[in-house]
Amino acid sequence: MPKQILSFTVNGDKVDLLVPPYVTLLDALRDEAGLTGPKEGCGTGDCGACTVHLDGKPVASCLVLALQARGRSVRTIEGLGTATALHPLQDAFVRHGVPQCGFCIPGVLMAAAALLEEHAAPTEEQIRYGIAGNLCRCTGYTKMVAAITEAAGMIKKGAAR
Amino acid sequence: MRRFEMILPSSVDECVKALATHGAGAKTVAGGTDLLPQMKNGLVKPAVVVDLGGIAALKGVTNGAGLRVGACATARELELHPEVRKRYTALADGAALVGSVQVRNLATVGGNLCNAAPSADMAPPLMALEAEAVIAGPKGERRVPLSAFFTGVRQTAPPVPPEAGLYVSGGSYIRHTPRRELDIAVVGVASQVTVQNGRCVKARIALASVAPTPVHATAAERALEGQPLTPERIEQAAGLAVEAAKPISDQRGSADFRRHLVRVLTRRTLTAALARARA
Repeated sequence: MPKQILSFTVNGDKVDLLVPPYVTLLDALRDEAGLTGPKEGCGTGDCGACTVHLDGKPVASCLVLALQARGRSVRTIEGLGTATALHPLQDAFVRHGVPQCGFCIPGVLMAAAALLEEHAAPTEEQIRYGIAGNLCRCTGYTKMVAAITEAAGMIKKGAAR
Repeated sequence: MRRFEMILPSSVDECVKALATHGAGAKTVAGGTDLLPQMKNGLVKPAVVVDLGGIAALKGVTNGAGLRVGACATARELELHPEVRKRYTALADGAALVGSVQVRNLATVGGNLCNAAPSADMAPPLMALEAEAVIAGPKGERRVPLSAFFTGVRQTAPPVPPEAGLYVSGGSYIRHTPRRELDIAVVGVASQVTVQNGRCVKARIALASVAPTPVHATAAERALEGQPLTPERIEQAAGLAVEAAKPISDQRGSADFRRHLVRVLTRRTLTAALARARA
């Protein structure tokens, strides 16, 4: 099976990867692009640990064939913020001590970021619905909801400034 | 996942051709939310995967005289579409129940229906709305009411039904005129035949311009029904059709010429109708 060139945008950069047709977007990102933020939990789209944005929308990257991302734009947790300039969600997650084992966190943050792009001031119900596709085996949902609520407020204040 | 080759068509025609070429070894992928878990678990092992993502005609939701939902429209699109929420609310309800938001941004209505799980959440709303599926195949498109679309667990109606055991129909109308356009028929003949297992189960032949009204060639019809439509049988029917003609002679043609035309055009239209039934 010959490898094919996958040309797409990853975290704002044009990227060409050489991938076989039978690998997922998640595997291409992790193994070929070196972006290990997205995680494989279940591999069947149930846990949300592999969540990335595809053309701005959160998707389970373990269910996308790499070549299906051709010409499209992908954003991973690596493109959300940097170590010196955290995204307000990352900042709030740190201050609330949300991560326990941490495995689910990149996926939760990407789901939450998509949620806040759609609802600038989400209700608790909207937040819980927005991260319903992300499983946390440590069951740290309460702090997630608090941190996301606070981050929404921070983004709103930042925009007002 | 087992290894496979991927084909990336940019039109429905290209996709249909790829599927015809690779047969049972090929699978289509749209959102992948049903197919990928099945492939990862080894439940399906395609040699070829055909990606529908590059086919613009399959995307989107358009609202005009009724709702047209592209096979690759996502559950999330339907869940959020203002017109679907307002006028096709049951469909928006069903779409919103598929998986999580990460799954709904991938999962398509076409995939939900074609996967044909008994639990498919978008199927009951679409059945209640009396939706029709437009199915493309090598022999063209056909429309199937959703109530007839599902034929079993993970089984759906084929693009064009196989010929054996099923009725197929074809028809043809030919008229004779001195000029091709803007003229009046010297004789016109329409034939419609229905064939099952190679035999004609119904034949209707109607003649124009050979009597005071358009007339059926009933003797010819009876001669065909129950018979295989061989060239000899068609020739015999063409001869019998002449019996139904009671033409006059006028400036457009003599009665004899008209009788001759009935025979010729009956043969031609029956032959064309049979070919169309088989097409």
